Amino acid sequence: MNAARSRITLPFLIFVTPVLMWLFLLIVLPHIDLLLMSFRIEDDAGAMVWSLVNYLNFFDEPVYWRTFTRTAVYAILTTMITFSVSLPVAFYITKVVSPRFSGFLSLLLLMPFWVSELVRVYGWMILLRESGVINHFLLRAGLLQRPVEMLYNDITMVMGLVYTSMLFMVVPLISVLESLDDSLIEAAYDLGGNVFSIVTRIIIPHAMPGIVSGGIVVFMLTLGNYLTPNLIGGKNSLWFTEQIYNQFIASFNWNQGAAFGFLLLILSSAMVWIGLKLTRQKLSQVVQ
Amino acid sequence: MALDLSVEKVSKSFGDFTAVNEVSFAVEQGRFFSILGPSGCGKTTLLRMIAGFIEPTGGRILIRGSDMANLPPNRRPVNLIFQHLALFPMMNVAQNIAFGLQRRREKKPDIDRKVADILERVGLPKFGNKNIGQLSGGQKQRVAIARCLVLDPAVLLLDEPLGALDLKLREQMKVELKKLQAQVGTTFIYITHDQSEALVMSDHVAVMNKGRFEQVDTPRMLYAHPKTPFVARFVGDNNAWNGIVADQRDNLCTIKTADGQTFSAGAEPDLKPGATVSFFIRPEAIIIAPESGLDDFNRLTVTIKSILFDGANSRLLATPTDGDAELMIALPQNRQYDHLAAGDRVDIGWSARSASCFRVP
Amino acid sequence: MKKAAVVCVAVLLVLTFSLSCQAETLELLTWEGYAPKELMDKFAKETGITVKPTYSNNEEIIAKLRATRGAGFDLAQPSQDRISSVQAKYKLYQAIDFAKVDTALIVPSMLEAVKKNTMVGDKSYAVPHVYGTSGLIVNRKYAPDASDYKDLLNPAYSGRVSYRLKRPTLIGVAFSMQQDPFVLYANPTSYEKLMKRVGEKLIENKGLVKNYWTNGDALLQSMRSEEVFVAMAWDNGGWKMHAENPDIDFVAPKSGALGWIDTFTIPAKAKNVEAAYKWINFMLTPENAAVFTNKEKYGTASAGAIEYYDAEVKANFQRSFSKADIDNIKWYPPVPAKLESIEGLILDKVKAAN
Repeated sequence: MNAARSRITLPFLIFVTPVLMWLFLLIVLPHIDLLLMSFRIEDDAGAMVWSLVNYLNFFDEPVYWRTFTRTAVYAILTTMITFSVSLPVAFYITKVVSPRFSGFLSLLLLMPFWVSELVRVYGWMILLRESGVINHFLLRAGLLQRPVEMLYNDITMVMGLVYTSMLFMVVPLISVLESLDDSLIEAAYDLGGNVFSIVTRIIIPHAMPGIVSGGIVVFMLTLGNYLTPNLIGGKNSLWFTEQIYNQFIASFNWNQGAAFGFLLLILSSAMVWIGLKLTRQKLSQVVQ
Repeated sequence: MALDLSVEKVSKSFGDFTAVNEVSFAVEQGRFFSILGPSGCGKTTLLRMIAGFIEPTGGRILIRGSDMANLPPNRRPVNLIFQHLALFPMMNVAQNIAFGLQRRREKKPDIDRKVADILERVGLPKFGNKNIGQLSGGQKQRVAIARCLVLDPAVLLLDEPLGALDLKLREQMKVELKKLQAQVGTTFIYITHDQSEALVMSDHVAVMNKGRFEQVDTPRMLYAHPKTPFVARFVGDNNAWNGIVADQRDNLCTIKTADGQTFSAGAEPDLKPGATVSFFIRPEAIIIAPESGLDDFNRLTVTIKSILFDGANSRLLATPTDGDAELMIALPQNRQYDHLAAGDRVDIGWSARSASCFRVP
Repeated sequence: MKKAAVVCVAVLLVLTFSLSCQAETLELLTWEGYAPKELMDKFAKETGITVKPTYSNNEEIIAKLRATRGAGFDLAQPSQDRISSVQAKYKLYQAIDFAKVDTALIVPSMLEAVKKNTMVGDKSYAVPHVYGTSGLIVNRKYAPDASDYKDLLNPAYSGRVSYRLKRPTLIGVAFSMQQDPFVLYANPTSYEKLMKRVGEKLIENKGLVKNYWTNGDALLQSMRSEEVFVAMAWDNGGWKMHAENPDIDFVAPKSGALGWIDTFTIPAKAKNVEAAYKWINFMLTPENAAVFTNKEKYGTASAGAIEYYDAEVKANFQRSFSKADIDNIKWYPPVPAKLESIEGLILDKVKAAN
């Protein structure tokens, strides 16, 4: 603290002022505005009055909280699947392949992220649709008699979400696994461990900070995703973010939308907090 | 006595490079066996083949008579102590030790009892709840050994585990390790590049160079009767000369060196006059100011260049008056030689039988 | 990090300045296809003004202008029924100065209707531009008998139906239930009741739907690849498909196609109002309007444009609309406030249902 205080000099102030202004004007101020908005409703006479109705609506109207529950459950599921897919990938890159290739492989993982999420999602749609590339080849190969619609179901949607968020899990895992001494794995193997016990007793405990930080990022990204569930998920895939969008755009009810936005923020923060408690990690350790 | 480990013509090549070349040896039950060699000689590869981390490209490894081919490390009755110990930092001492027992699905009361017993035996009772980070270097060492011994392995492999310790602790641990081995009676295979560790602790030492065993012997024999120039050079300090055999009789040969000196040295009967040889004499075999009238004795006058004082291990550096070789001579600290100073000329000598002599290929 | 942030701010500032120093521009908030490149180039040549289109839809047009309180754009193109209530409440637009509009170019009946529907106080806020209808696009080969919104709920086309989860769908289905939702606009309670019934029907038949489309091009792609046989969509899409595949065509539904008129409105804080009027007059000139119609297949409010239409465009209209169909077009009356919230909840429920 003392060191920080002594460093507040004029050049330092000039240096940080734009950053603080940026944070305040573009992040803090709009949030305050939205927060105030979420506590206001229009009464029958058309005047704006203070009220908690926007928040109560969430609990009164089953469609809202069910959508939120559905979104949260799928976000947790996606996080878990992303983790179980990413761990072998990160392990392969850090421990199996020679260091010359590991850089190249990490780059390969990054590659899809050079295009926007929209393009990636359309890419999936071209592959998976009923008249799409995969169906075409399966028909050609005689494996299918008639084309199958692979889009517009929850499995494909979760797959798309996992694909979209994988990088955010793999990168922290790579950095924690790099710090894992190979001889620990060998020692466990030597002492009679098999793959399962080595993964659960050695690798996962060691990688916990990376898993939790990757998990938080993936969970939040998935919960806040809009494009992938909307485009790939199809007709049953109402996502909570879409409901917020609908409140703002289709129903012109900004107050309700703002309340939903804050509920999303509060409930997802609560879930992250519970996750941290369950894994006995500290936020300050994880966010490094 | 039963053999715990026998290695038969084991080889390992990585591409063109042969790390281990047809090595064979056997270790009897309860022995402390060391493999001594410089770094890169293939000793770690050999050890990892025994542990099962590397598959040999040729030969067989038998542990208590059963072939280990294609058995993964987790199913071999051997355990390895790693160079940096590889204790699991995410577990406490007791959990570290219990890890292997849990893998064998032993019952919890049995595990608790065995963990407590082994901690007692390695002198760390009540340390079970400590974290690895709270232990000193020597305590970590003992936990690592306990973690393996609790599994009661046929053979315990140790990969230079004392390398990371400071000198004082290393000296202490050498003795402790030897005592512990004698007490538990488990067969130890110990690899090291430190000759002192090998000589102090081992029943037998194998000296390894460039993928082959040069000599397998007891420490005393290894020191007194090296069989190859490499062993003579590597085990203990030695003064070396090159020369040509001038004469040979009664397993003693006369050697003429390039700078015109003549010495006699013990030799194998097949060394014929005219052969080029190296011969070695240990610093402590050289006597300062020897009595006259000794048989088969080499004598020489040298000029002292410097005195290297190192307590019990003090040395003189000297050059022969009519030569340019440099000799290292043990300087016993019994006050008898306190008068010596750099620049003095002294007579020295050694018994011909204490020098060893090898043909230079 | 901080350094990077500072650099970013600097770069942004420089960019904003350099952009605003460029030649005269017209910020246009419109629909996909409403500003063909050909016409933008011609306009730039004639007036020196560069048109910068932003593509959107009714809901987003309103939301965007509401967020900036009518700033950021010089001209917007919402539908005529979505203007008056929004204007009354949020004051997003400025009144049209009809002296600056070449009203002689516009079909008089359409001009009058739009003036009347967008009247707030004693001023009107919109000039008509494009009109068209919503109805069915049908693949005759697989769905020869599809002729009404009812067929969106017809089990015969299970898995081959697509529509938007937006208000036109609710209104179309309501008409096919022999109800007139437009009459109920004035009575929100009865309207809500009707919409609930419509919502229940949509939920009941949700299994038949392939997907709820959100992007017109994506829908046409599904029609083209014959993944979808019956869809509710705009007439021009059907006619575009007809040119590629004669089996597919736009069908005016028996209970009446839904007629809409998209307009020109000038946002309250428009910077370049003069350019906005220039673009309005330019787009309604018969030659230019015909270029648009021939390309996009939509009709315009330009009175003389029909002379320049391609034969195909005329044929489209005659093929899809009989005299009775034209008389049966249900033109959207202005939407009163609050209906959107009612519809929004029902649409959310439809989407959330399993």
